[in-house]
Amino acid sequence: MSYIIDRRLNGKHKSSINRQRFLRRYRQHIRKAVEDAVNERSITDLDRGEKITIPQKDIHEPNFGHGEGGRGSIVHPGNKEYMTGDRIPKPQGGGSGSGSGQGKAGNQGEGEDDFVFQISQDEFLDYVFEDLALPNMLRKELKEVKEYSLRHAGIVSEGTPSKLNIVRSMRNAYARRMVMSGGARKKLREAEEEKEKLLLESEGDVDQAQLAWLDEQIKLLKEKIERTPFLDTYDLRYNHHVKEPKPSSKAVMFCVMDVSGSMTQETKNIAKRFFILLYLFLNRNYEKIEVVFIRHHTSAKEVSEEEFFYSRETGGTIVSSALKLMNKIIDERYSPDSWNIYAAQASDGDNWDDDSDICRKLVADDIIQKLQFFTYIEITPRDHQSLWHAYDVLQSQFPDYFSMRHIVDVGDIYPVFRDLFQRRLHESNKQ
Amino acid sequence: MSRTSNSTATSTADRKKEGFLSQGPDWSFDLIQQYDEEIGAIAADFGLDTYPNQIEIISSEQMMDAYASVGMPLGYNHWSYGKQFLEVEQNYKRGRMGLAYEIVINSSPCIAYLMEENNMMMQALVIAHACYGHNSFFKGNYLFKTWTDATAIIDYLVFAKKYVQQCEEKYGIEEVELTLDSCHALMNFGVDRYKRPIPLSIQEEKARQDEREKALQQQVNDLWRTIPNFGKSGDAKHKERIFPEEPQENLLYFLEKNAPLLKPWQRELIRIVRKMAQYFYPQRQTQVMNEGWASFWHYTLMNELYNRGKVNEGFILEFLQSHTNVVYQPEFDSPYYSGVNPYALGFAIYTDIKRMCENPTDEDRHWFPDIAGADWLKTLDFAMRNFKDESFILQFLSPKVMRDFRFFGIENDVLDPFVEVKEIHNEDGFQRLRQRLAQQYNLSYREPNIQVQRVNIDGDRSVVLRHVMDNDRPLNKDTVEVMRHFRRLWGFDVRLESWNAEGQVQTYACGNEES
Repeated sequence: MSYIIDRRLNGKHKSSINRQRFLRRYRQHIRKAVEDAVNERSITDLDRGEKITIPQKDIHEPNFGHGEGGRGSIVHPGNKEYMTGDRIPKPQGGGSGSGSGQGKAGNQGEGEDDFVFQISQDEFLDYVFEDLALPNMLRKELKEVKEYSLRHAGIVSEGTPSKLNIVRSMRNAYARRMVMSGGARKKLREAEEEKEKLLLESEGDVDQAQLAWLDEQIKLLKEKIERTPFLDTYDLRYNHHVKEPKPSSKAVMFCVMDVSGSMTQETKNIAKRFFILLYLFLNRNYEKIEVVFIRHHTSAKEVSEEEFFYSRETGGTIVSSALKLMNKIIDERYSPDSWNIYAAQASDGDNWDDDSDICRKLVADDIIQKLQFFTYIEITPRDHQSLWHAYDVLQSQFPDYFSMRHIVDVGDIYPVFRDLFQRRLHESNKQ
Repeated sequence: MSRTSNSTATSTADRKKEGFLSQGPDWSFDLIQQYDEEIGAIAADFGLDTYPNQIEIISSEQMMDAYASVGMPLGYNHWSYGKQFLEVEQNYKRGRMGLAYEIVINSSPCIAYLMEENNMMMQALVIAHACYGHNSFFKGNYLFKTWTDATAIIDYLVFAKKYVQQCEEKYGIEEVELTLDSCHALMNFGVDRYKRPIPLSIQEEKARQDEREKALQQQVNDLWRTIPNFGKSGDAKHKERIFPEEPQENLLYFLEKNAPLLKPWQRELIRIVRKMAQYFYPQRQTQVMNEGWASFWHYTLMNELYNRGKVNEGFILEFLQSHTNVVYQPEFDSPYYSGVNPYALGFAIYTDIKRMCENPTDEDRHWFPDIAGADWLKTLDFAMRNFKDESFILQFLSPKVMRDFRFFGIENDVLDPFVEVKEIHNEDGFQRLRQRLAQQYNLSYREPNIQVQRVNIDGDRSVVLRHVMDNDRPLNKDTVEVMRHFRRLWGFDVRLESWNAEGQVQTYACGNEES
């Protein structure tokens, strides 16, 4: 007798634990592949999975076996022209003396292919953002939230009629009625039994007085039961809600970039990758995220993404113009009470000499209070100029809110990004 | 069973013309049941003795899962299974390979997987192949009878999975993984080839496990006792202790029982891997026989289904096409060649035994006087029960099959710039060609012979393994790495010596590299 069972509805990811184990074991390889991918991939498709290649030698499970050498012996099918005693020259080069003749050479070649597999987009991003945490996110949640949400918090006996819980109230009422009328109903039952007994036993010769008295009793008891209130204020139960501070799930990211003549397309591309990383990172931490692009030379302008990265301008550089514009946009559109605000600025370090100090003051006195975090990256192979030194002061002044790094080429972006957003065990430490 | 099959056959007869079980490619649970009953009835007529069947319908993803866990319905967690899964998944996604359309598990009831994507013909083919072919082989072959207990394996797997999981909770995933890695490296050397094993049973296993943990540690401590035994050692004469008294072929067993530093749970893990190795041991030795047997019977049962008028011409033609693919043997110079196809060879041998019984030629009478003209069912049954690949080929490979495959044997000496054709499929060559092919399926030829030779019990506790070379073939490049695993379990230095007929030729050493 055979049993036929439909297993298709059973879980199909029986191997997922083993898969996780595998990923864990080869973490180093995967991390390296991800790092390379972040640096090499075109920006627009950072948000997808990745092919991971692990050299066969690292993944090989060793076993005792026969190696090459000695006297091998094998039987093959499909003989065409060989006769006993034929001597066939071995193929020269590569597979010198491969254990057992032609058949095996092919197999060995295949065996040395690298092990290749795919990780999903989520896994990819997990590796990208591994060990990174958004600075001060927690702090914002705890301290400065101004939004609340209502959360169900059980049942209470006082409340407004609109929150009446009917099922619970009726259940209580029913229980109360049972209890309150319990004694009367017992007596009623007894009286009715007695009346019945009286009618049965006396067969026509009825004690009318007794009967009348019993009827009276029954009537009284019934009235008493009737009088038990159907619904009492004791019974009423209300749903209870508590107000809970709701962490803001909205974030806005300001991308500020210098587009003056000194910025080459390559520098902009580096900046772009940095912004993209930041965007992906925020995207994973907030439900809703908006991006504001501000570019500037001597004056600042809010622009579209396309224009931000690809249009060219010439002229001098006044950084404070961009900061002023950002401040204005925050005040108009993004109240710090309900938005998590991040700013990332990229520049090659050029600035109008007098302007750097204005920038510092502007950030220190006003902007920094509204922000979660301000990052500044300077993309230049040259020495630092006044802007860097001005910002350096800011960094030591607000180590938790302000951070800056120096990038020379594309390969630096990812390490610097990780560095900037490294999960900070001691938030007060200067990075 | 026959009654129900008759009634279903008549009840569906008015719907389906001419008494065919089905029309069209689609399967349904009812149809699978009807086919199974029909095929089962035919199998019973041929005298196939099987475990009860449990047929499970699964999706292709589930098939990949099953594939990755060496076909077992459940196993303990280990990264290497994850690796296998990724490999299968990647190949499948790229269309490099189709999935195996059947997996069957040597258990009672015998579990066979059918993939939902297959059509009715394929389902019937798999039922015939797995549920009656493999199943009867599992039940009948002496190796499976000796080495595995089909009724207990699923319970044992449950036990093993739980035990490994508990160890992971107690001692950390990392620790457990290290131990399992080392066990896996030595897995093929975890079997007693010459001793008969005790069948593994779950009740026993559970009851004795705790006891074993304590007793084991005690026993190990005795071996490693460094305090002199006061009662007897009064004579103060130092008698050199030799350990092990005889070389040990089962490396894992040796480690489980004697490694000085292992914790009880590590010994239990070794035991689990050892038991798994034992369970798979018969399968490794009966590829040709097992697949050949299943192929022979799916061919016979399906054709009988057709002869009895249960399926139509389209069905049987489609079947024949699939069957031909299964038993196809590419020639050695074909790009698709990857060794002798066990399905093809096994199928050819069984078919030829039947032919020799029914229509013997003079050649057959000369080579197989016992078989020629005998009862084919009995002969086949005998051939299935009492052999493993090596002896099966030695006994039953006929000159006709060697000619059909056009087998030729070559030898390859590493010092010789030529390979030499030693024999071909002619009168002179048959005998030796058969031996050469049989040897290819001999596990002790395929795997090196490595045994535990000596332990320095009174000194540094180092252990010496001895590799006895076969035809001067050296060990492969993994050797030192495997020794490292051996060392991890043993806890002290390990040396491996390769010996050929003249004496010791090579030594591999593995000292304390990791602490």
